Amino acid sequence: MSRHVAMLRVGPIAFRVGSAWKGPTDALRRLYAGYPVPAVPDFTVRLEPQKRWRRWIAPSVAIRGDYQFVGAAPLSLAHGLLAAEMGMNLQMALGLRRYLLLHASAVERDGRAVIMTGHSGAGKSTLAALLSERGWRFLGDEFVLVDLVTGQLRPFPRAVSLKNEAAAVMRAEGAGDRLLFSLDDTPKGRITYLRPDDAAIARMDETARPALILFPRFGDAQAVRLVGPAEVFVRLTQASTNYVTLGEPGFDALSALVRDLPARAIDYPDGDSAVALVERLWAELAR
Amino acid sequence: MLWRADPPRARRLVALDGLSLIYHRPSGMTHVVAPPMPEILDALGEGPADVADIVSRLAARFDIADPADAEAVVSARLAELAERGLVFAA
Repeated sequence: MSRHVAMLRVGPIAFRVGSAWKGPTDALRRLYAGYPVPAVPDFTVRLEPQKRWRRWIAPSVAIRGDYQFVGAAPLSLAHGLLAAEMGMNLQMALGLRRYLLLHASAVERDGRAVIMTGHSGAGKSTLAALLSERGWRFLGDEFVLVDLVTGQLRPFPRAVSLKNEAAAVMRAEGAGDRLLFSLDDTPKGRITYLRPDDAAIARMDETARPALILFPRFGDAQAVRLVGPAEVFVRLTQASTNYVTLGEPGFDALSALVRDLPARAIDYPDGDSAVALVERLWAELAR
Repeated sequence: MLWRADPPRARRLVALDGLSLIYHRPSGMTHVVAPPMPEILDALGEGPADVADIVSRLAARFDIADPADAEAVVSARLAELAERGLVFAA
């Protein structure tokens, strides 16, 4: 049995994180203070010591849970919070059946949502966090959950994991008091965890209707490219962790999403131009 | 050579702006296909057929200018459909 336990619900998903150490569960409780505390978890994550011989080199955390994943990197104890977050991601990615899971971020306004997806480092997390400081409701930065029956998005407002310079961008936006933990030298560089704003947490059970799909890419000069529906479909199957497992319900949900929604790829050199592009495309295209 | 396909109920088809998505129920695989692949699968819904029969079934529904040309196209597409497990040599 794990000595330390944190229970939390994010959107429709209840997690139990057990840890052999106090640090990771304390960090989770602080990062997710005010989130609902469920009685029964959907997914269990366990953080346990690596094999005994590793103990005398450095304390190291192995991520375990309902679903085992070969290649889940053991992390140093200093990165216990990252291990907990990764463990939660893994259990969701492998185990979720009720929703089509897209590796994407999303924000909402007037009941309608923008889905943003792209390769790791494309800036979807930062863009979602930035938009949530500028009049949008944050739905999630890691996973978008598409209800297989209604096609609506279920918010999944986990803590935002900001890479490297993105934390400074959010500090400049005035969100500095919600930047709670910073981890250096992780496999993904420096990661800073941003707690979502109060509205995102309070309204986590309010669904949103998908209205626009964007493929943002940070780094290049501002540009907008039409993405045809077949390409959108293929890219979203690649962005989904459970598309193949879901079978026909997943096909139906994803093909309906792609058939009904406009999609664009956007390049942007900085946050301000990204926000301006999203606002313009939203006004022109959102269904 | 005779070709056959699973019956239409084995597939879910969604047309997307010129291309089509096919969910193949027996395999659980999704395919993105271009014309005339869905049309060939439909034509095989009437039962196994050789290339000439498939072209004549298509000609009953579509305007085909050059049947010889059409046979070459249909043969090439059948080979691709067979690779994807959507048609079989009967």
